[in-house]
Amino acid sequence: MIGNAPFFVVGVLFMMALVGIFMSRNLIKIAIAVTILGSSVNLFLVSLGYRAGGSVPIHFLAGEGEVMVLPTPQAMTLTAIVIALAVTALLLSLIMHVWRHYGTIDVDEVRRLRG
Amino acid sequence: MKKYIFIVSAIVLGALVCGALDNVHPYGDPGTALMDDYFLANSYKSLSTQNIVTSIVFDYRGFDTIGEAAVLFTAVCAVGALFREGRGRR
Amino acid sequence: MRPLSVVVRTGCDFFAWFMIVFGVNIVIHGYMTPGGGFQGGAIIATFLAFLLVAYGGKKVLSWVNEKIYEFLFEELGLICFFVLALLGIGNSFFYNFLASPLGAERTGIMSLISPAGTTVFMSIAVGIEVTGALSLVIIAMFRGIRQFAGPSLPEEEIGHDR
Repeated sequence: MIGNAPFFVVGVLFMMALVGIFMSRNLIKIAIAVTILGSSVNLFLVSLGYRAGGSVPIHFLAGEGEVMVLPTPQAMTLTAIVIALAVTALLLSLIMHVWRHYGTIDVDEVRRLRG
Repeated sequence: MKKYIFIVSAIVLGALVCGALDNVHPYGDPGTALMDDYFLANSYKSLSTQNIVTSIVFDYRGFDTIGEAAVLFTAVCAVGALFREGRGRR
Repeated sequence: MRPLSVVVRTGCDFFAWFMIVFGVNIVIHGYMTPGGGFQGGAIIATFLAFLLVAYGGKKVLSWVNEKIYEFLFEELGLICFFVLALLGIGNSFFYNFLASPLGAERTGIMSLISPAGTTVFMSIAVGIEVTGALSLVIIAMFRGIRQFAGPSLPEEEIGHDR
């Protein structure tokens, strides 16, 4: 139970991001919450591949230990980080355009102004 | 009122998520991972690449990297199209 | 943005180029140390953000040429990546045709290339591509800020200096 604490950290981060997405009305805060959501998923992937006492999966840099952590979730996380970066750039650009078009980034105001 | 209903349902959903996360394999013991063991054993021996993660990203599963590069290129094109100057200015 | 104070600009003059050296080091040694194409490319792209913060938008945007980032960096990196992947098509897509197993003897022109094979070159190609992509995003969003300022604001830009 308590040994699975990293997974619970992932769950808490996930719920925080979800509450941030649904409760906040500022688009910048929603973008921050989306980023936290992606980070929680990345943390979950990395912590899934951890072996007890394992070291980094790099030869000659791993130290004395024989055990290495699983490398495939780390590689997939690398891909996911770059994609999250691209998504964040596009999201912020769209928020800038929303601000220019409506003059506000409040979600309710945006809905109220143009039917 | 709507806010309280949302908070209660969020707590219930969080409890369900934590219960689901308790049922994955115990932390630090992923069990048998045949593909990862193959990579760990053979990456340095047959490809001379010390960094196994780089070996996976650029060699074993390079097709994912092609998709990732396409996504990055598309995002850059979209940002450049959103901010182009000239037409569309009011 | 107005340029920041002379202390920040002098620090930028000192340290901006070492950022590029550090990023290139990470990209080139990506096959044997932590790092690789994405991380090194992101570090190199930080150079432009550093210049934009220290020197202000008007000056830096008159220095940079976007075509270089667009064609020379991003598309060249993508083309190199695809060509390197296609060169091993005789065996399979993404076949590492330059690599040799551990301890094998390498002769001739092959002895000049790292035994890691195409991993090194693909890392460099992806590093170039990510550098171009992130720099283009930074330039585009900064131009967007200037574009959105509107005619109502005064022509002299307002910064956080002094």
